[in-house]
Order: sequence, then structure tokens, then C-alpha cells
Amino acid sequence: MNNGEKKSGGLAVLKPGLLTTVQDLGREGYQQFGLGTSGAMDSYALQVANVLVGNWRDEAALELTAAGPTLRAEEDMVVAFTGANMLPSINGEPVSMWKSYAVFKGDDIRFGSAVNGVRAYMSVRGGVDVPVVMGSKSTAVRANIGGFNGRGLKKNDRLPIGKSEGALTVHTGRKVLSEHIPDYGKSVCVRVVMGPQQEAFEEEALELFLNTDYRVTPESDRMGYRLKGAKPLCHRPSVGADIYSDAIAPGAIQVPGDGQPIILLADRQTTGGYTKIATVISVDLWKVAQLPPGGTISFEAVDVKSAQKLWREQEDILVQLSSYGPR
Amino acid sequence: MNMIETIKPVGDRAVRIGFKEEISDTVLRHIRSFCAVLEEENHSAIVEWVPAYTSVTVFYKQELVDYDDIALWLEQLSDRINHIETPPARLLSVPVLYGGEKGPDLKEVAAFHNRSEEEVIKLHTEGDYLVYMLGFAPGFPYLGGLSNDIHTPRLDKPRQKVSAGSVGIAGEQTGIYPLDSPGGWQIIGHTPARLFAPELDDPFLFRAGDRLRFYPVKKEEYDELIVRAEKGESVVTIETVEVDANEHAN
Repeated sequence: MNNGEKKSGGLAVLKPGLLTTVQDLGREGYQQFGLGTSGAMDSYALQVANVLVGNWRDEAALELTAAGPTLRAEEDMVVAFTGANMLPSINGEPVSMWKSYAVFKGDDIRFGSAVNGVRAYMSVRGGVDVPVVMGSKSTAVRANIGGFNGRGLKKNDRLPIGKSEGALTVHTGRKVLSEHIPDYGKSVCVRVVMGPQQEAFEEEALELFLNTDYRVTPESDRMGYRLKGAKPLCHRPSVGADIYSDAIAPGAIQVPGDGQPIILLADRQTTGGYTKIATVISVDLWKVAQLPPGGTISFEAVDVKSAQKLWREQEDILVQLSSYGPR
Repeated sequence: MNMIETIKPVGDRAVRIGFKEEISDTVLRHIRSFCAVLEEENHSAIVEWVPAYTSVTVFYKQELVDYDDIALWLEQLSDRINHIETPPARLLSVPVLYGGEKGPDLKEVAAFHNRSEEEVIKLHTEGDYLVYMLGFAPGFPYLGGLSNDIHTPRLDKPRQKVSAGSVGIAGEQTGIYPLDSPGGWQIIGHTPARLFAPELDDPFLFRAGDRLRFYPVKKEEYDELIVRAEKGESVVTIETVEVDANEHAN
């Protein structure tokens, strides 16, 4: 393992993009101490990106936000692009999303702004070789740990990549069937499990919540998405908006006193003192993560059983994708 | 007696175990015992848990267990809460340099309460605080036990940057900033202790259930402690104390 300062090989950052961070599936085990999980906002796209280059699904890759970076390969490598389409090109030649490519020493990898979705993933065969900090390579920007020196990439950074075996061509040109490529619209319906504090709300508020088209405000990032609906969600006066602080799960939808929901995501605080009306189910978190400001979102309630069934179906797809071809 | 009052799903990968809805030593003790049982059980499908004031949220792997099964399993643990011995609490003594540059709001806090700075320091250091839970930021303790006499509203205008280690008061809460961050707390002092040291094997100074006592240090001692803390040495003394079942932190 190196300290992330290797000067030969790897990927050189010519332009960092809006926010480019190293993310894997997140950091487990420290939420009880106040350190959140971080990890990829769109874990499906991350996992598929890894599968395409023959990595384990939970390997670390680059998460690109809204406008991607310009990188130079300082060694030969296999890369793949998934998630939001940021019009990737290699040496000026446009390439496809959801597909793996060989790049050679000296090649430029360039991205533009996202034409759909918000977050793209660029995986590298062998993974991004940053130190594992507290069990994960994910960048936790606020805590300033993990990823590349605990922060987003900057110009002139040199990002080390892991060793991999086998010829470059083995994992080149792999792609995903179109049925497994999500559609990143500007309007999504997201499924939720109600609670854990739904009883803090008036009956009408619960109904309103499930029948409102919410707009994503510009105050939306890896920590959370602030939504705006036509009418506020009213708490029962006997309960109010505040609770004794408790844990915040990924996808928790908290509603402060102003009645406008906030969906908490990868870089959320571990605990909070606002009522949570519902929680986005795991397989739909990417829909939120890929929604730009101005996008609209509506909610549909499902029970836990259905949410877990949907999760198993997605898991089956990922297992199936990772099984074709050598690792 | 059943200490668990509610069990609810939190999305598809967590369960919230609700205890009595009050902030008290008793509830804290039940929660600590419950977590001790979880620790002992070491269930393969349980990833982690987050104890809070009146609840414990348990995160699990849905590939190994579904909600109904894990909820039932957790419910059955409740019988054991009374039978497991509550682990003894730790008492951490935290050095603080009060006032001056490091505690720019001490003067205002004192003025707000019509007291001298010394009186505020005395009130802030005389009692033990209870760490109810950690959260909000890495290693941040939610403390109970601030004297009513120095409850002080937040600053009207939050600061852009409050340095890690700053000790502050906000309403009825007192706390320590674990990271440099913006903040609106009244800053009355600074501790050389690091609440979050990611390079250490045990990166977090506090745990839920700890007791904490602040003590004042003079500038010279503070400077020495800063040097020691920078070398990675501990500047906080930790003792083990028996927890009296009838004791109340406040």
C-alpha cells in the first residue's frame, strides 16, 4: 500500500471536474461513533462499473459529479464508464457508457457535463489504489479521511491504481445489455418504507406526502437532497417536528418544522433530531442520487417484504453480470 | 419487565428498537445493556448498531436475514437486558483552557448570566456529564448534565470556522467540536484532547455511556498538553467507575 502520493503510473488529474471522489460501497461499523458510511451515491452503477473491468463489485472507483474531470493515463489500463452520461472520450474519440475500454500510457480521458443523471463512475481494472482507512476506501470529505487524501481530486493529483493480471484485451469491450442500464429521467417515482416516525404526522400529511410532486432544490448534494412541495407536511401538534435524536439510515426522509422533506444520503450525519416520515428503499436510492436540481420526485409506499424482494432481484442481476467472463 | 416498547423497520436494512421515550439514566442503562447483549451475540447478519437517547438502530444484511426474522430475534433479546451486567462506566477527565483567545465567548456567557468568568468555569467543571450517544460528527458526544445556571442561547451569527477541540454551550447542551467546522455554539474554551484520531487503532475518545468531567488548566499546562497530543499521546485520564443504579447525572 502506498500513501496516495505515487509519482509514476496511475492516473494524472489534468482537470478535477466539479467533484470527483474515490468511493466504494462505504464504511461500516463506525456510525455509533458518529462517522458515517459515505460510499457511492449510486451503488448499482458503481458495482456494474467494477464488474465491467473484472473487479470485485465492492472495489473503489471514481465518482464524478455533474461535470467530469480530464485525466491522463500514466500506464496501460482497462477502464469502464457507467452512471450518468458525461460524454466520455479517449484522445478526443467519443466512447460509450456502460462499456469497458483499454487505454494506454499517455492517453487522455475526458468528460463533459452530464447529459442525463448527475453521477458517473469510472472504474479501473485493479481498483483505485488508495489506502483502506477504517475499513473502506471511500472518501469522507467532512471527516477528511479515506479516498485520495480525504478529499475530492485536484489538478495535478496522481491517483495510483491497483495491480491487475492478464492481458488488457481480456476485459476490454465488455458491455451491459440495455435492459440492465437504468433510465435517468428528470422525474422519478421512488419507493419508500413508511416510518420510523410516521405517527408524528397528521393523516392528511401522510396522504399529501404520497401524492405530491416534489422539486429537488439546488441545496442537494452527497449529504442530502432538500425537496420542495406545494404544501408543507404538518406534524401532529402533540408531537411536533423534533424527536430525541436517533440514527439516520441511508434514504431516511426527515421533515423539519417547515414541513419540507430532506432525503439523507451517503454523506449524511449519523444521527439527527427531526422526525422521519419514511425511508427510501435500497434499490431506489440511485434514482434520487441521479436526479439533478429542478428534477421532480414522487413517493410510493411499499412494505419491507416487497423492498427486500426487489433488493434480491437486483442482487441476482448483479451476480449474473459479474459471472460472465474471467475476473 | 419488557424494556423494549417499539420495534420498527427503517427502510429495508435497519430496525429501530424503541425504549421508553424519556432521557434518563435508566433508559441509558437499558440501552447500554441491550448493546452489550448485541456485542456478546455477535450475530453474523448484523453489521452495526447506533445507540441513541431512547433507541438503538440495528443495521443488518438483508442477504442473510429478512426483516421479520431479525425483528423477532431482536425482540427476544429483551429478556436478557436485566440479566446482563451493565459494563462499568468510564470516567474521562478532559483538560480545558477556558476563556481568552481559545474561549472567545466566555466573557459574553458570563455577562449573560450576570456572573464572573470564574463562576462560569466553576459551574462548567463541577459536575459529571453523561455521554448519552455519539453522532452529528465523528466522535461528537451528546452530553447531559449542564448546570441550568449556564444554559445560554447560540450565537446570533454562527462562525465560519470553529477549531476542533473547542468547548461550547448551546442552549442546555455543552459539547466539544471534534472537527474544524462552522458553528453557532458559544465557545468558552478549548481542549487539547482529540475526539477523533483516524490514525489510531481506537480512533474515538468517547463511547456512549461514558462519564465526562472537565477540569481547567492554565496556559502553560495547556501548551504542554497540546504538544503531547500532537505526538499522539493521550491527554485525558480514564478511570473506571461503578454506576449506581439510582444515580442521576443531573
